[in-house]
Amino acid sequence: MRHEILEKNVILLSICILITVSIGGLVQLVPLFAMEQTIEKVDGVRPYSPLELAGRNIYVREGCYTCHSQQVRPFRDEVERYGHYSLAAESMYDHPFQWGSKRSGPDLARVGGKYSSEWHAAHLTNPRSVVPESIMPPYGFLARRDLNYADIADHLRTLRIVGVPYTDEQIAQAAADVATQAQVEPTDDTDALLARYPKAVVGDFDGNPERVTEMDALVAYLQMLGTLVDFTSYKPELDYR
Amino acid sequence: MTAAAAVPPAAIAYEDDCIRKFTIATVFWGVVGFLVGVIIALQLAFPVLNLDLPWTTFGRLRPVHTSAVIFAFGGNALFATSLYCVQRTCRARLFGGSGMGSFLFWGFQLVIVMAASGYVLGITQGKEYAEPEWYVDLWLTIVWVGYLITFAGTIIKRKEPHIYVANWFFLAFILTIAVLHLGNNVTVPVSLFGTKSYIIWAGVQDAMTQWWYGHNAVGFFLTAGFLGMMYYFIPKQAERPVYSYRLSIVHFWTLIFLYIWAGPHHLHYTALPDWAQTLGMVFSIMLWMPSWGGMINGIMTLSGAWDKLRTDPILRFMVASVAFYGMSTFEGPMMSIKAVNSLSHYTDWTIGHVHSGALGWVAFVTFGCVYYLVPRLWNRQRLYSLRFVTYHFWVATIGIVLYITSMWISGIMQGLMWRAYDSYGFLQYSFIETVEAMHPYYVIRAGGGILFLLGALIMVYNLIKTIKGDIRSETAFEQPVGAAAMRAGE
Repeated sequence: MRHEILEKNVILLSICILITVSIGGLVQLVPLFAMEQTIEKVDGVRPYSPLELAGRNIYVREGCYTCHSQQVRPFRDEVERYGHYSLAAESMYDHPFQWGSKRSGPDLARVGGKYSSEWHAAHLTNPRSVVPESIMPPYGFLARRDLNYADIADHLRTLRIVGVPYTDEQIAQAAADVATQAQVEPTDDTDALLARYPKAVVGDFDGNPERVTEMDALVAYLQMLGTLVDFTSYKPELDYR
Repeated sequence: MTAAAAVPPAAIAYEDDCIRKFTIATVFWGVVGFLVGVIIALQLAFPVLNLDLPWTTFGRLRPVHTSAVIFAFGGNALFATSLYCVQRTCRARLFGGSGMGSFLFWGFQLVIVMAASGYVLGITQGKEYAEPEWYVDLWLTIVWVGYLITFAGTIIKRKEPHIYVANWFFLAFILTIAVLHLGNNVTVPVSLFGTKSYIIWAGVQDAMTQWWYGHNAVGFFLTAGFLGMMYYFIPKQAERPVYSYRLSIVHFWTLIFLYIWAGPHHLHYTALPDWAQTLGMVFSIMLWMPSWGGMINGIMTLSGAWDKLRTDPILRFMVASVAFYGMSTFEGPMMSIKAVNSLSHYTDWTIGHVHSGALGWVAFVTFGCVYYLVPRLWNRQRLYSLRFVTYHFWVATIGIVLYITSMWISGIMQGLMWRAYDSYGFLQYSFIETVEAMHPYYVIRAGGGILFLLGALIMVYNLIKTIKGDIRSETAFEQPVGAAAMRAGE
């Protein structure tokens, strides 16, 4: 081939470059959206409750993903240490995904329910008070800040635009659901919340029932991580991809 | 391929004002990026340095470090060198002139400042190396289109028949980064007056899109663009033509074709379907070939001029960078093998690998180019001190060695500890025991980083004195007898 032709025409060179660099990305990306097997068929995965979503946004804001992964690999040691390996279905409503790339701290994909909310609040406020060798930064300011959730319905609405199946009811109740989930004593609203968001953990998370703080939201998120899928009915042999 | 060397110092008024600014910004953001790197390295060794403030935690400063070194230091270096190279190898003044130069410079600095200040305040998309939120992404898109127009426009009005090889690499870098940036940042803002947005991709598809972007930020920003530097500045500094024209063609097209496929090796053993993981692994291993093709082309350009390594510390920086490139691009394909990756992934081994590329390749070739550019851009006879360049080289090299070796040890050790079983069949170590074992290596790593920063400060001093017009009186490096005689006889 005469390479000279490309060396003398910047438009032609640009077009050839664009074609060359497009092939790999198209082959790897397009089938992921088109193939049904990309995401396993499992029961239990639901969109985040408004309080969990607010907590997840704090997780993103603080860059927790720079030290914690959310992806258990299918190895004996990881399954024993963290729990069942992660499924694609478990992050199907994650915008953005937070699988992470580094474990300066442990994986958090299945941290939900492993520790009490009191432990989480104490650990986040001063990690070394409960784990002396920890190198995690302290996040005490989360408990001192009221959660700003005035616009939480807008967040649900935006997520619906990008594909999360929030219902009109869920959007209408979003702000009220934040308060309900962070209440100490269950009320009539709690049942409605749990109908909308099965398995949501309800209660006061930060040890301060007077206010809904950022700590409440983050701990509510941590407490649901990896708890949604019912693994007793999951058949991995049907999911070979 | 003697085009670069053959360009005569014609009476073309090159637009060098913006290149002077980009060069200063390269050095400035480099020091900032290295400094923040040292701070967060120390935070991992001594967590009290997180200061219990929201703005100074590792989680918020880490993106400041990565963006500062990749996009601010590396980006400004790419702007400076590509716009310098394209004017000279095309024998044409910059398309758009000084107005365009100023727009690109100030526009890009605004991207950096908006992104970095956002991270500290907690404004982030939460996607590695693509943390800036939607409004920064939009502004960057505008600046980048301006960059493409300026670069391609300068090529179009060239007075040389051929487009020089370095410009192919710069062009591929500019075009591909545009595609990656657009694909990975399709977001819907919650409000037009707020900072928060949600990415349109979710879960496994977002993961694949992110690492398609993320790996090719390495492949095109930190590799193709910097290979453009290699193809212009090494031949200029060595005063030798590029080793092989044919190799540069093969190396160019195979490199840009194969790199794009390598993203899934960041997602081995995750919920990404197996077919995609395997594809990513196979192409990553194949990538070894064009990478080493490029390394050979760069290093062998010194054929007949090897003696200059002894007397020219600027060339030494450039050649060492290509050697680090070769090492790093051997290690990368190896780590992309699933069996190796099962051990290395999530550990410091990855961090060490990245830094052998970032410090050894990207930063070293940049230092070489900056030392080349500053005396020419400010019309100085030579650098203030070549001895100081030598000190910089050795202090930085020792820093890199400490950094990489400590991360190899800590990474492999932690990976092995995670999977260790005792004689009863239980996991031998709790997670926190593996964290505790990292401490000495985190201290050594921070020491390596401090040396690297110190080297950069030596460079800053040298450059300031050079720009002021001072020349340090120092004895010349000893010429090897044979080589000098040989060159005289040529």
